[in-house]
Amino acid sequence: MKNNKKYWKGIEELTNDIEFVKNAEKEFPDFLPVSDKKGNKNEEGGNSRRDFLKLMGFGMAAVSLAACETPVKKAIPYLNKPENIDPSIPNIYASTYMKDGEYCSILVKTREGRPIKIEGNTMSNVTKGGTSARVQASLLGLYDLSREQFKEGFLKGGKSIDVEKADAEIKRALQGAQGTIYIVTPTIASPSTKQVVKEFAAKYPNTKHVTYDAVSSYGILKANEESFGVYALPTYDFSKAETFVSVNADFLGTWLSSIEYSRQYAKTRKVNDKKRTMSRHYHFESGMSLSGANADHRIQIKPSQEGLVIAALYNEVMGGKQAPTVEDAKLAAKIKQAGEELKANRGKSLLVCGSNDPSVQVLVNAINFELGNYDSTIDLTRPTYLKLGNDEEVNKMIDAIAGGRAGAVMFLDTNPVYDHPRGKDLAEGLKKVALSISFSNTIDETTTLCKYITPDHHYLESWNDAEARAGMYSLAQPTISPIFKTRQFQDSLLVWSDNNTTYYDYLRSYWKDNLYKGEAGGFENFWVQVLHDGVYEPQGWEATLPTTDEETAEEVPAAIEAGGGGVDIQGDAAKAISDIRSVYKPGGKMELALYQKVGIGSGAMANIPWLQELPDPITKATWDNYLCISISDAKSMEVKQGDIVKVTANGHTVEVPVLVQPGQARGTVSLALGYGRTKAGKVADGVGANAYPFAKKNGLATMYAAFDVAIKKTEKKDQIAQTQTHQTIMGRDIIREADLKTYKDEKVFAKAMEDKYAIMIHTNEGLKKPTEISLWNGHEEEYNRNHWWGMAIDMNSCIGCSACLIGCQTENNVPVVGKEEVINRREMHWIRIDRYYSSIIPKDEIEEAKTIDGYKEMENASEDPEVVFQPMMCQHCNNAPCETVCPVLATTHSSEGLNQMTYNRCIGTRYCANNCPYKVRRFNWFNYTNEGQFKDVNYMSFTDLGKMVLHPDVTVRSRGVMEKCSFCIQRIQQSKLTAKTEKRKIKDGEVKTACQQACPADAIVFGDMNDPDSEIVKVLGIEKEVKKVKDDTELSVVMKEPRAFHVLNEINVKPNVTYLTKIRNKKV
Amino acid sequence: MHDITQDICRQVEAKPTLAWLVAFAISVATLLIGSVALASTWWYGIGVWGLNKTIGWAWDITNFVWWVGIGHAGTLISAILLLFRQKWRTSINRAAEAMTIFAVLCAGSFILMHMGRPWLAHWALPLPNTYGSLWVNFNSPLVWDVFAISTYLTVSVVFWYVGLIPDLATIRDRAKITLEENPLLPTDTAEERKAKKAKRRPISAFMYGLLSFGWEGGAKVWARYEYVALILAGLSTPLVLSVHTIVSFDFATSVIPGWHTTIFPPYFVAGAIFSGFAMVLTLMLITRVVFKLEDYITIEHIEVMNKVIILTGSIVGIAYITEFFVAWYSGVEYESYAFINRAFGPYWWAYAAMMTCNVISPQLFWFRTIRRSLVWTFVLSIVVNIGMWFERFVIIVTSLHRDYLPSSWAMFYPTIYDVGDYVFSFGLFFTLFFLFAKFLPVINMAEVKTVLNSTDEKAKKDAEQRIREEQKQTETETVG
Repeated sequence: MKNNKKYWKGIEELTNDIEFVKNAEKEFPDFLPVSDKKGNKNEEGGNSRRDFLKLMGFGMAAVSLAACETPVKKAIPYLNKPENIDPSIPNIYASTYMKDGEYCSILVKTREGRPIKIEGNTMSNVTKGGTSARVQASLLGLYDLSREQFKEGFLKGGKSIDVEKADAEIKRALQGAQGTIYIVTPTIASPSTKQVVKEFAAKYPNTKHVTYDAVSSYGILKANEESFGVYALPTYDFSKAETFVSVNADFLGTWLSSIEYSRQYAKTRKVNDKKRTMSRHYHFESGMSLSGANADHRIQIKPSQEGLVIAALYNEVMGGKQAPTVEDAKLAAKIKQAGEELKANRGKSLLVCGSNDPSVQVLVNAINFELGNYDSTIDLTRPTYLKLGNDEEVNKMIDAIAGGRAGAVMFLDTNPVYDHPRGKDLAEGLKKVALSISFSNTIDETTTLCKYITPDHHYLESWNDAEARAGMYSLAQPTISPIFKTRQFQDSLLVWSDNNTTYYDYLRSYWKDNLYKGEAGGFENFWVQVLHDGVYEPQGWEATLPTTDEETAEEVPAAIEAGGGGVDIQGDAAKAISDIRSVYKPGGKMELALYQKVGIGSGAMANIPWLQELPDPITKATWDNYLCISISDAKSMEVKQGDIVKVTANGHTVEVPVLVQPGQARGTVSLALGYGRTKAGKVADGVGANAYPFAKKNGLATMYAAFDVAIKKTEKKDQIAQTQTHQTIMGRDIIREADLKTYKDEKVFAKAMEDKYAIMIHTNEGLKKPTEISLWNGHEEEYNRNHWWGMAIDMNSCIGCSACLIGCQTENNVPVVGKEEVINRREMHWIRIDRYYSSIIPKDEIEEAKTIDGYKEMENASEDPEVVFQPMMCQHCNNAPCETVCPVLATTHSSEGLNQMTYNRCIGTRYCANNCPYKVRRFNWFNYTNEGQFKDVNYMSFTDLGKMVLHPDVTVRSRGVMEKCSFCIQRIQQSKLTAKTEKRKIKDGEVKTACQQACPADAIVFGDMNDPDSEIVKVLGIEKEVKKVKDDTELSVVMKEPRAFHVLNEINVKPNVTYLTKIRNKKV
Repeated sequence: MHDITQDICRQVEAKPTLAWLVAFAISVATLLIGSVALASTWWYGIGVWGLNKTIGWAWDITNFVWWVGIGHAGTLISAILLLFRQKWRTSINRAAEAMTIFAVLCAGSFILMHMGRPWLAHWALPLPNTYGSLWVNFNSPLVWDVFAISTYLTVSVVFWYVGLIPDLATIRDRAKITLEENPLLPTDTAEERKAKKAKRRPISAFMYGLLSFGWEGGAKVWARYEYVALILAGLSTPLVLSVHTIVSFDFATSVIPGWHTTIFPPYFVAGAIFSGFAMVLTLMLITRVVFKLEDYITIEHIEVMNKVIILTGSIVGIAYITEFFVAWYSGVEYESYAFINRAFGPYWWAYAAMMTCNVISPQLFWFRTIRRSLVWTFVLSIVVNIGMWFERFVIIVTSLHRDYLPSSWAMFYPTIYDVGDYVFSFGLFFTLFFLFAKFLPVINMAEVKTVLNSTDEKAKKDAEQRIREEQKQTETETVG
């Protein structure tokens, strides 16, 4: 039906308004006339030229304004705000790091749901808030570009397979497995995981769990079992010792629980007014290690002398001559000296040895036992479970696999094809295994050879627990929901054992059944508390010590019972001695020692560019492994740094460049493990050469050395990317050190520490020190008003481990620049650890040696140098030379003593960097965030995945601007805001810089120098005096601590970073 | 006087000579090659250079200071010598001033080039902005540089241009005459029109007419012209001293051993005049040959300039030795080492090159024959400029590469882009110079004419000589 209703456009149509009728037929109305200045409308109601211009002007302005705004991409606001996430406020979760036998209780800082920083957990009594470079950097593994995405499920033979289908196939294959089912894992410290494995083994009775550590400590484990019946590492307490002797154990760098040892060690090395004593450290080794560099006495030995040194110490301590001794008289004298000191400090000494030879370790146990150290510095009643790898079983497994006797094999977090000396055999054998499964989420060397890949979560995405030390538990919780389609290893095992609980429930019920002791508040409270703290360290604890003999595993070994809390020693010293006699014979012309670098470690995390670019604390080299050779051998073999040589030993050959290393024992060369990866990812592939095959089987255990190595020079050359190429301090007063004897006498020490200016300056007020004259007014007034931030670095505590460097890099979005750019000397690190060797000119002759030839001599490091580490970052000078020269005021001084950098304002003249006496400013030579050449190494700024690691509070710097340490100003600011909302002043210790927080040795103290109760004021003995100068009053700040000094004090830039003199405890 | 006008206007009015075309083509090619390097430098960032965290300046600032130094001779010759009434300057001052301007432009290009973010270069100027207090840092010698160099450039350009006006008017007039002499009549045949057109120069008449601001050459105008020249000379004179003094402050006010030296201002000014004169010599010797100006740029000129080179070269030499003495006498260990390292460290060869080229080689000019030899002068003028480049390189790089903390000690190795950007500046300089030489009078006709009296004697002698020769010839012809 037709609708005849009439709808009016408005009342005007109904009334036939004249205005309306006039315009009714026009489809578009006229523009509204724009009023002219006087408010008169244009008479015709049309558009005047002026209106047109106005509208056009507006239009153009609007269009150009709209064009100015960068389109916002992919910023998706929360539809419903999650309860626990406030944008811009970090959430911190406690978790646990456990990899390659390194344990660390950590706090993970997340922002908007993504982990951005790892800190140490101070509630843990094991690591006590310390971290290492590797722990700090492990964060980036989460966002590693080489991680497979597993978009369509798991992988089978390189192709995607549905998860359920894979599970069904694997289960069927497991049931039908002909032969042993091997589960190869690294040391599992997680009690619940062990339970999961056991459950799996119950389901498939022919299961064999093989624990495999890439770098094994089987020697110690085996020896402990022999001596005490305990198959575990002891717990060392370096802080109780007054004399350490270490034979090839880099306990500050890579040996066992180095974070923990670093803290304990530093404790014994700290001195102050009240404590003018410190420990003495003897170190026997071939290549220069981090620990060796810190030692008071470092003695060079060859790998073939390692056993003999221990044997000689045994003779010395036991007072007999049963064991063979070293022939070298000098070395023997040093051993005698070390032995005597050990004896003199019974119960307060410690002998550690990095050897993986059980017979050597049996003697070490005997010596420590004889010295009574098992009651104090070594605790075997509470052993450490960081490394339980069994070399014998690994070898047996490889035999089985190679012989085609294995039914199935599963690899969790291990890569033996790459890092076992018999990796080749294993690779061949894997082809014969019917069912091979890898749990790796990156396609590494071993994983590529496996049939199924059922990827595990990254540890930051996982639930887990750990018992790093008997009775000291910790939890790991996911800090982000799994980024890719992965499934936790434990879940996989549970599924395959037909257990339908998830691992999370399993973990909870394990804790409820086994660890919860009925604490008040019920299990839920207990669980939440442990989850919050990250650690659970109950007081009462019952010993259940592991042995390899599974039948007696549950019983407490007799040796420990007998000791009544302590231990009693068994073990056949005589047999050990005869073994040593047969193994440690003079080797060939050259011997090879294999070692781990502080950054790369075993090589499992080699694809993390932060670690690749971490300058090795000793060699300051990045992005490579190289053959360290002594100065005199380099001379006699006519090789120079960078020459590529062919190294052959134990049937393996690699080509690596040479690095001339002061302190390397004559007749030895060192090569780092962890390089030469082929399937790690774009970062690590092809970097360096694989040194694992050089390790050989010595009896039961793997020996990380070769007694005879052939080195042949080739014509090729390579440049090693070092961040520091000059080795000595050239006799300059930039590092201060003294011996303990001097330090003990206050007056003598004060005299020794006086500023050694060669000159005083003539002024109209008489002779003055260079530090007493200044062009500038100073900032003291300001400092008196508000905060005055300062830092103190104790060079006695700093061991040079470089954890601070990675901490800073993570916190401040410092880019990685790659090998080429490091060779060009353009690394971007805001903090560097300067490492100096003593020169060949003795200290007391340096003043006379300052001649043309003398300076040349001074450049050469001594063959047996003393080493010193000096962390160097922006010194936040009060008379900052950088500030005065910037043409655009891009770098200025804050009222709180900070030297600030305004990136936006910087035009990149680099004048500030030139004028910086400490050379700590870093320039963005390229656009590190989108220049193609950095795509692979600095992927943190290139891909959406990588960008998740960036700290949102810190600007990512663009090309052409200068940057440098900011004293973590974002942290200061955050604490100030928190304090402000709570209407209080900032408390001391509330602001911690990233470097300070990462430091395992507490070498860095940061704080407000205006706060009389602050730690830094106490450490430096800061006293303020108001002086009357003529008619004016002047505030002067005095540091009473005699060890405090400023680097380059003489140029009077008045830094806010103060160093504390290094004290050495040498026996004269 | 007409001869002068003829000689000098010849190259402006005539078709380009082959020599000029070749020279110009080479310059433009150099400029283009350099531009490619410069474009990459700006596109990728100055990371393409060999600089590093320790050595923040090397070839960039070396080139900058070098070009600024070269830019000193022009103003010195025109201003100071004008004030001292040194008439011999008249035949070289125009070219020298042009050289100054082009050299300063080249120097300026390095200021832009060396910046991390050159598109923000204007931030170095005290421009008002919406942030109110956000201004330049008047403590910074780089800001002083900005003022010093922009002032110097402005004054030099004005001085040079004012001097050009009478000569531009001459060329204009000569072009106008061609119009008057060849009026295009409607009765002309096509061929006649073609022939006439070829002789007419209407574009020149128009362009030079514009450029000469309607100069008529009246007595009053000349009087004002003289005053303006004197005033501008008075203004420029302190600039000659101040510009390089301020450039030297870039280094002298720093804390870096080897830079932190009070001797720098006089030493830099002397060095600048030294290198500036050497560059003027190099260019004049070329121009002289290319444009056949032997009668205007005489051996006397060259000899006088060589004397200035001996003087300034010796001042520079004394400065080098004084630096060493002061470093030792100060007792400051960093200072002493900086100088020992300069002479005996890894960059000893740069130091040796500097010493040989700057101190030893100019001493050859004590010999009159060498001083008056064109070949020797040409070679030594180039040697001096090489030496002065090395002087800046030595000061900048050897001081930075080993300063306070040995951990940061590094080496500088130039890359192809360092070289390419330097090539760019050469291309720019010579392209501008040859354009100048072609389109503007290279010698100040008006001023040269004022000194004709003093060269009267020589003209007479020349004339006598010519007459004698002609007589001889006629004699021989008669004999024949």
